[in-house]
Amino acid sequence: MSAQTLYDKLWQSHVVHEEADGTTLLYIDRHLLHEVTSPQAFEGLRLAGRKPWRLSANLAVADHNVPTTGRADGIAIADPVSRLQVETLDRNCADFGITEFKMNDVRQGIVHVIGPEQGATLPGMTVVCGDSHTSTHGAFGALAHGIGTSEVEHVLATQCLLQKKSKAMLVKVEGALGKGVTAKDIALAVIGRIGTAGGTGYAIEFGGAAIRALSVEGRMTLCNMAIEAGARAGMVAVDDVTIDYVKGRPFAPAGEQWDKAVANWRTLHSDADARFDQVVELDASALRPTVTWGTSPEMVTTIDGSVPDPKKEADPVKRDGMERALAYMGLAPNMPITDIKLDKVFIGSCTNSRIEDLRAAAVVARGRHVAPNVKQALVVPGSGLVKNQAEAEGLDRIFIAAGFEWRDPGCSMCLAMNADRLEPGERCASTSNRNFEGRQGPGGRTHLVSPAMAAAAAIAGHFVDVREIL
Amino acid sequence: MDKFTRLDGLVAPMDRANVDTDAIIPKQFLKSIKRSGFGPNLFDEWRYLDHGEPGMDNSRRPLNPNFALNQPRYRGAQILLARENFGCGSSREHAPWALEDYGFRAIVAPSFADIFFNNCFKNGLLPIVLSADKVDALFREAAAQEGYRLTVDLEAQTVSTPSGQVFGFEVDSFRKFCLLNGLDDIGLTLQNADKIRAYEDRRKVEAPWLFA
Repeated sequence: MSAQTLYDKLWQSHVVHEEADGTTLLYIDRHLLHEVTSPQAFEGLRLAGRKPWRLSANLAVADHNVPTTGRADGIAIADPVSRLQVETLDRNCADFGITEFKMNDVRQGIVHVIGPEQGATLPGMTVVCGDSHTSTHGAFGALAHGIGTSEVEHVLATQCLLQKKSKAMLVKVEGALGKGVTAKDIALAVIGRIGTAGGTGYAIEFGGAAIRALSVEGRMTLCNMAIEAGARAGMVAVDDVTIDYVKGRPFAPAGEQWDKAVANWRTLHSDADARFDQVVELDASALRPTVTWGTSPEMVTTIDGSVPDPKKEADPVKRDGMERALAYMGLAPNMPITDIKLDKVFIGSCTNSRIEDLRAAAVVARGRHVAPNVKQALVVPGSGLVKNQAEAEGLDRIFIAAGFEWRDPGCSMCLAMNADRLEPGERCASTSNRNFEGRQGPGGRTHLVSPAMAAAAAIAGHFVDVREIL
Repeated sequence: MDKFTRLDGLVAPMDRANVDTDAIIPKQFLKSIKRSGFGPNLFDEWRYLDHGEPGMDNSRRPLNPNFALNQPRYRGAQILLARENFGCGSSREHAPWALEDYGFRAIVAPSFADIFFNNCFKNGLLPIVLSADKVDALFREAAAQEGYRLTVDLEAQTVSTPSGQVFGFEVDSFRKFCLLNGLDDIGLTLQNADKIRAYEDRRKVEAPWLFA
C-alpha cells in the first residue's frame, strides 16, 4: 500500500460505502449535540417517525445560551427564548434517551471542552457536532468537523454522513516557540498566512517540532481555529502526549481494551513519505504575540506592528474589505497596536478556556490589577471541572483580587447568545476565535489574542507585549 | 425539500468578500427552535438601522437605504451574486434557511466556505461557483441593467445571461440528483442500512472500545 496521510487513514477506516462519483457514506463514532443546532433535527426525526441509530454514540450539553452567573443559586435562565431552547434540549434528550450533562451538572461546559475532558473524544474517531469548532477534537488524531442541522438529523438517524474526501494540507511548524508565544499565536499566524479561505476544501494536519512540543490543550487551540482558515478539519498525529492525556478519563477504555486501543492509536500518524496536496511551513521561533486588527481572523499583525494602510493594498476587493473593517473597528491606518485602548476583556471560549489557558492568564494577573478604563474583564472557564480545578489551584482568587469577574462555564461572550456581550462601539481583547462584525454583540469590536495577551491587555488597559511582563 | 431544476431569477448583488454566517443571520435569531421564519432577519445588522431581536415586528423597523437588498430594483430577487468565501464562519444552517426563506434559490460566487456550501444543498438552495472574473463581469452587468436576470439550468449545469452568454458550472452528481428530485438524503442513506450494520459488526471486532 502506498504511503498514507493521517487523514487518509482516518477516512479509510470509516468508509461504509462509496458511490461512483466519490460521495462516501462515512461512519461517525461520536456525535456531540448542543441546544442551538439540534432542536430542528430532533423535530425532523419525530416528523419522520425515526429513532436515533445508536444512542451511545451521542452526548449532549447546553453551552451557547447558558448564563455564567447565579447558577449556584439555581436561578432560571432569564431570557425566555434562551430558556426554551435549553429546556428543549433537555426534553429531546430525555425523550430519545440521549446522555446529557445538564446546566448544573459539574461536567457541563462548552461542548468542545467537555468531549475531550470526558474521554468522549478518542484518537482514531470520527467526531461531529453541529458547530464549526468541532475541528478542535482533531487534536487527538481524530477526524472531526462541524456539520449543519440537516446533517445532525442525518447522523442521529443513520450514524453516518454523506461526504466527499477533502484534499490534504500539511502545516509544518518547526523550531521552538519563544516565551509568551502560544498555540493561539501559531493559529493566528497560519490564518494570516493562508487567509480565511486558504484551507477551503482541505483537511489540515499540523506537524513539526513546535506542534510535537505543544500540550494536548495547545493542540486543541490550534485545531479549533482550523475552521477560521477555511478547513473544516484540523488534526495532529497521536503521540505519548495524546495517550497520556486520554488515559483514565471516564469514557476512555480501560484494562485490556486500553492496551488494544493504544496499539491501534500508535498507527495514527502520516507515513514518512506521505504526499500532501499542499504544504505550508512556518518557523515557530520567528512568531511573536499576535493580535487581530480587523473583522476577519486573517486580519492579523504582531504586537510590535501597526494597523495596516489600505492605500498600500493593490487588490480592490481586499482594499474595500480593509477600509470597511477599519471603519467598523474605529481604527486609523498606521496606528501602533500598543496604542489600542480596551473597554472589555474576555478570557474563555472553546479556543482558550481550559486549565492551561487560565493558568497562563493568572500568571500575568497575579498581584496586578485591571486598568481603570477596562469596564469589565471576564474569566469564563470551559467546564465545571475546569472551574473546580482552577479553584483548587487558587486561580479564582488571583483573578478576583486583580479585578476580573470569575464566571460559570459556557460559550459566553464568544458569541454573546447569553447576557454576556459588548455594547455598540465597545472594544474587547478576546481569547475567542471570531472577530466578525457584531460577533460579541451588535457594534462590538473584537481583537483576538492569546490568554496571556488578554490578561496583559486587561492590566495595561491597552495592548502590550506580554513578553515584557513575564 | 423542494426540487430545483431551472430558475429564471432576478439578481441582487452582495458586493463584499468573506460574508460570514454571523452576518447572514445574527446569533440572537438562532434561539428559535423552528426551521422557518428567518427571512425577515436575513442580514439583519446590515439591513436595518436599529438592533433586531426575536419577536419584533420587522415590517415596522427602519431600513438601511444603502443596503442593496432594500433597493426597490432588487425586490423579489432569487439569485444572490456574491464574492469570495461566502458563508464563512459558523456552521449554522440558519444561514441557508434565512436565504431560502427570504426567497433566494441560488447563489453565485467565486468561492464558498465548505460547511455553508454543504448546508445549501440540504435546503434546495444551489451554490454556484464561477471564476472571479466572470463573477466580476456579472456584478458590472447587474449594476448597469435594472431588472437584470440570470437563468440557471441545473440539468445542463449552466448559467445564462440576458446577452446570451452561457457559463458552465460544476456540481457533484449525487448532490445534483438529490436537488433535481427534491430527495431527502436520510431516506437514501437508510437504503444502505445493511451496509452500515455490516460495518459496525466489523468495527466491533477491530475497535471494540468505540462501542462501549
